[in-house]
Amino acid sequence: MNLTTGTITGINGNMITVETDGTIMQNEVAYIIKGKERLKSEIVRIGQGTAFLQVFESTKGLLIGDKVEFSGDMLSVQLGPGLLKQIYDGLQNPLPDLAKEFGFFLPRGVELKPLDEEKKWEFTPTVKVGDTLIRGMKLGQVPEGIFDHFVMLPFNFHGEFTVTEIADKGEYKITDTIAKLKDEKGTVHEVTMTFSWPVKIPIEAYREKHVPTDPLITQTRIIDTFYPVANGGTFCIPGPFGAGKTVLQHILSRYAQVDIVIVAACGERAGEVVELLREFPELEDPRTGKTLMERTIIICNTSSMPVAAREASVYTAVTLGEYYRQMGLNVLLLADSTSRWAQAMRELSGRLEEIPGEEAFPAYLESRIAEFYERAGLVELNNDGFGTLTIGGTVSPAGGNFEEPVTQATLKVVGAFLGLSRDRANARRFPSIDPLESWSKYKSFIKKRLVDDARDLLRRGNDVNQMMMVVGEEGTSNEDFQFYLKSEFLDSVYLQQNAFDEVDSGSGEERQKFVFNYVKKVLDTTFHLENKDKAREFFNHLRQQFIDWNYIPMDSPEFKSQEESISKIITEYSEDEKGL
Amino acid sequence: MRKVYNKISQISGNVITVNATGIQNEELAEITSQRGKSLAQVIKLDHEEVSLQVFAGSRGISINDEVRFLGHPMQVTFSDDMLGRIFDGAGIPRDKGPTLNENMIEVAGPSVNPSKRIIPDRMIRTNIPMIDIFNSLVVSQKLPIFSISGEPYNELLARIALQAEVDMIILGGIGLKYDEYMNFKMVLEEGGALSRSIFFMHTASDPIVEALMVPDLSLAVAEKFALKGRDVLVLLTDMTNFADALKEIAITMEQVPSNRGYPGDLYSQLAARYEKAVDFDEAGSITILAVTTMPGDDVTHPVPDNTGYITEGQFYLHHGYIDPFGSLSRLKQNVNSPKMSRKDHRAIMDGMIQLYAQFIETEEKRAMGFRMSDWDKKLLKYGGLFRSKMMDLSVNISLENALDLGWEILAECFTPEETRLRTELIKEFWPKK
Ligand SMILES: Nc1ncnc2c1ncn2[C@@H]1O[C@H](COP(=O)(O)OP(=O)(O)OP(=O)(O)O)[C@@H](O)[C@H]1O
Ligand SMILES: [Mg+2]
Repeated sequence: MNLTTGTITGINGNMITVETDGTIMQNEVAYIIKGKERLKSEIVRIGQGTAFLQVFESTKGLLIGDKVEFSGDMLSVQLGPGLLKQIYDGLQNPLPDLAKEFGFFLPRGVELKPLDEEKKWEFTPTVKVGDTLIRGMKLGQVPEGIFDHFVMLPFNFHGEFTVTEIADKGEYKITDTIAKLKDEKGTVHEVTMTFSWPVKIPIEAYREKHVPTDPLITQTRIIDTFYPVANGGTFCIPGPFGAGKTVLQHILSRYAQVDIVIVAACGERAGEVVELLREFPELEDPRTGKTLMERTIIICNTSSMPVAAREASVYTAVTLGEYYRQMGLNVLLLADSTSRWAQAMRELSGRLEEIPGEEAFPAYLESRIAEFYERAGLVELNNDGFGTLTIGGTVSPAGGNFEEPVTQATLKVVGAFLGLSRDRANARRFPSIDPLESWSKYKSFIKKRLVDDARDLLRRGNDVNQMMMVVGEEGTSNEDFQFYLKSEFLDSVYLQQNAFDEVDSGSGEERQKFVFNYVKKVLDTTFHLENKDKAREFFNHLRQQFIDWNYIPMDSPEFKSQEESISKIITEYSEDEKGL
Repeated sequence: MRKVYNKISQISGNVITVNATGIQNEELAEITSQRGKSLAQVIKLDHEEVSLQVFAGSRGISINDEVRFLGHPMQVTFSDDMLGRIFDGAGIPRDKGPTLNENMIEVAGPSVNPSKRIIPDRMIRTNIPMIDIFNSLVVSQKLPIFSISGEPYNELLARIALQAEVDMIILGGIGLKYDEYMNFKMVLEEGGALSRSIFFMHTASDPIVEALMVPDLSLAVAEKFALKGRDVLVLLTDMTNFADALKEIAITMEQVPSNRGYPGDLYSQLAARYEKAVDFDEAGSITILAVTTMPGDDVTHPVPDNTGYITEGQFYLHHGYIDPFGSLSRLKQNVNSPKMSRKDHRAIMDGMIQLYAQFIETEEKRAMGFRMSDWDKKLLKYGGLFRSKMMDLSVNISLENALDLGWEILAECFTPEETRLRTELIKEFWPKK
């Protein structure tokens, strides 16, 4: 087949116009030929004999008249074993391989293979000749680190297929043919362990999508107990700069009890990714005993890398997430920051001279954001079994004001809102999730009534605090003052969590239930305390005891003894116990 | 072959349009008008229509002035001969020294592969306690000083430049007032640092478009020196002027503004510069300290706001102090752990700030007329000492001396228990009377 070609007639930043008379399609990939460089780009609009392309690289030095080759394919990623542990740019170029070949700087116009095509994988077939399959069903599997990686009938195989040949158990490269299948018309197709998929098209090779119900345990108390996330659900973390979005996502990527984590560093600092790159291969995943890297894929298109590739990077990430979901795994995608992705859309829209919406974002901003989060979900697989993809995105609102288009559009579609507050961050109350503003539609593993009570208390304590600013402590009743102290207590021993402490940084379900019970007991007890100084002293003491408790591993004997001493303090000062 | 054209079809703002062929995107051109020669850069190509931003501005350009295309994008010379020299925003010497045009390098080159970066862990000592103890500066950090006009931010910058343990300093002046420029020169000269400094100086009276090139020139040169193993400190003042220059060009090009007239790509534009900060594995480094003045003292203004989202923390300069609240070095934990610094460093940092926060609350209470307890009185004394002995910008002592001073201040105001510091540290460091 002769590929369509064209020539550049206009250059405006990272957008070029290309004259062509061949057949082209929307979202098709094209390459600008510049000597040895092949600059990747994507069609974003088609007009009379012209295509508008966003270029994924710097357009410096391009000329009117430069030649463009259209590829016939939409922007795609390659799927197959070997994706885990990889560090890719937004277009699935492996960054460490680029570094090996080109050194410190990212070269322009180079593409490397995303997967190792020489490596051999131990394939075990799970179908036999004569079996019929539909797309997404399993042909066999290979071990990939700690997982069984399913080799599936490619997702673009529509209809029913009958196995005519299947490879024996053995070692194969991803490009080796491992099966032949006949379609309904009798045409035989060869299948390898790898195929590609267009990133902007959701993978829907499953039976049905269900409503997510099971909590995803993040081991962050304020999330799991108060504002939980479900496996297959969606959540967002908006917050002003420096409020702790990235740190929170890093904590989630370490402690979330899921099978696979995909981190999409989208238009943020390169330095932050480096922390993951350097630390994950050293950190142990307590669930598997292997390093955290074994379950992680990093997609990294940081702020100084080309803007168009930033736009693509979230799609690359979500496609890889959907792929592993097809294997019956629980996948968590963390995107930091979706605002940078939205800004990339805005830049492109501006160059296309589209009619701008609010704050110059394009009119389709909302639908793009909705489509993206819609790709999350709990799905029932064609092979039986279930898989989930959970998506959590940070949002970086201009001026820290949540009344801006990206935050608002995101809030419309997500299932949980973990809003970070500047005040809490300044007061070093981390994680700085605002306990009064945040919400979640998912179910906590702690009874709703108990959580609601605790939240009411926080609100009441906050009211008292506001009032005290005006009337002072003297003008506040002892009863109100105790409410205030209790809300502060709940905040400091339960909502706040020390990310730098080995024990406190991750708190499992069992522990949360156990500790919450005690915290609740404190909140529900009326304490016998003569005056405000005594009350403050008492709660300071209790707080210290609980914080110390948070630092003790649950399976150690000290945990029990600390529990006992806390129990004693509560009983000793309880009014009920004194028969009052 | 250099292409020369004599027919300018349009002049709008500082952007001119000529009809030309074979012109590269971002190529430079030289325009000769009655005012002399000026560089211009291609910013848009549409068939044969070429739009250029004119560095010296379009004032006095006539439609048949000569436009000579140079066949390459913006470049700058690079050599050790640059040390001690002063250039303008077009990279041309503005001192009386010889022109340097050997070894021309490209500016605004590709970004560093993230997988080649390392976790930075070298502290840059400044002898300013508010930085060294409370928000340590780290090699390869990018950090702005958020301030308003009238605050001594340029003095602070000059002082850090002088005292920081770096191999060389590159000062990028953007819309700098002439006397501030002279002051920088004087301070570095008196401190004996001029010979390890390079200036790219755009002053308030220079054409605005030239301001746009200053960060790129400074950082391109810095990058080359860093690759040769030098630790380079780049000072950029004032980046708000840079953003305003971007805004002006964007409006001329009829781009839809996103927020208060600033273009939608302000974030990417700023990030492209700040992300040049790097610590090269087995080579040198670039650290960027910038000034971002906040119009109307409003941190939510698009320039400080976008900057905050890019940099690794910020210093707030308020009333002549580096404000301990809001100021943040996001890399400080890499250098202040007991392994990397003195073992009381973190404890003093946290302890003194917590007490200072309580002092602020007490001060507010006092202002509202509430009764002062004994504890409040102790806090008031502490706050006063903290301000005069630690926060005052004239304080100039080493980190170790500053930590010792911290213990002395604490001991002067409180009992050991009241500081809530760990017992083992108190045993070792509490001053003996
Ligand atoms: N859980 C935490 N525990 C302790 N410190 C924290 C925590 N979260 C954030 N911080 C502090 O706040 C700083 C900023 O956090 P972070 O980088 O996550 O902010 P951000 O919201 O991602 O900001 P930006 O939008 O600029 O990227 C950190 O460098 C750290 O000093
Ligand atoms: Mg962040």
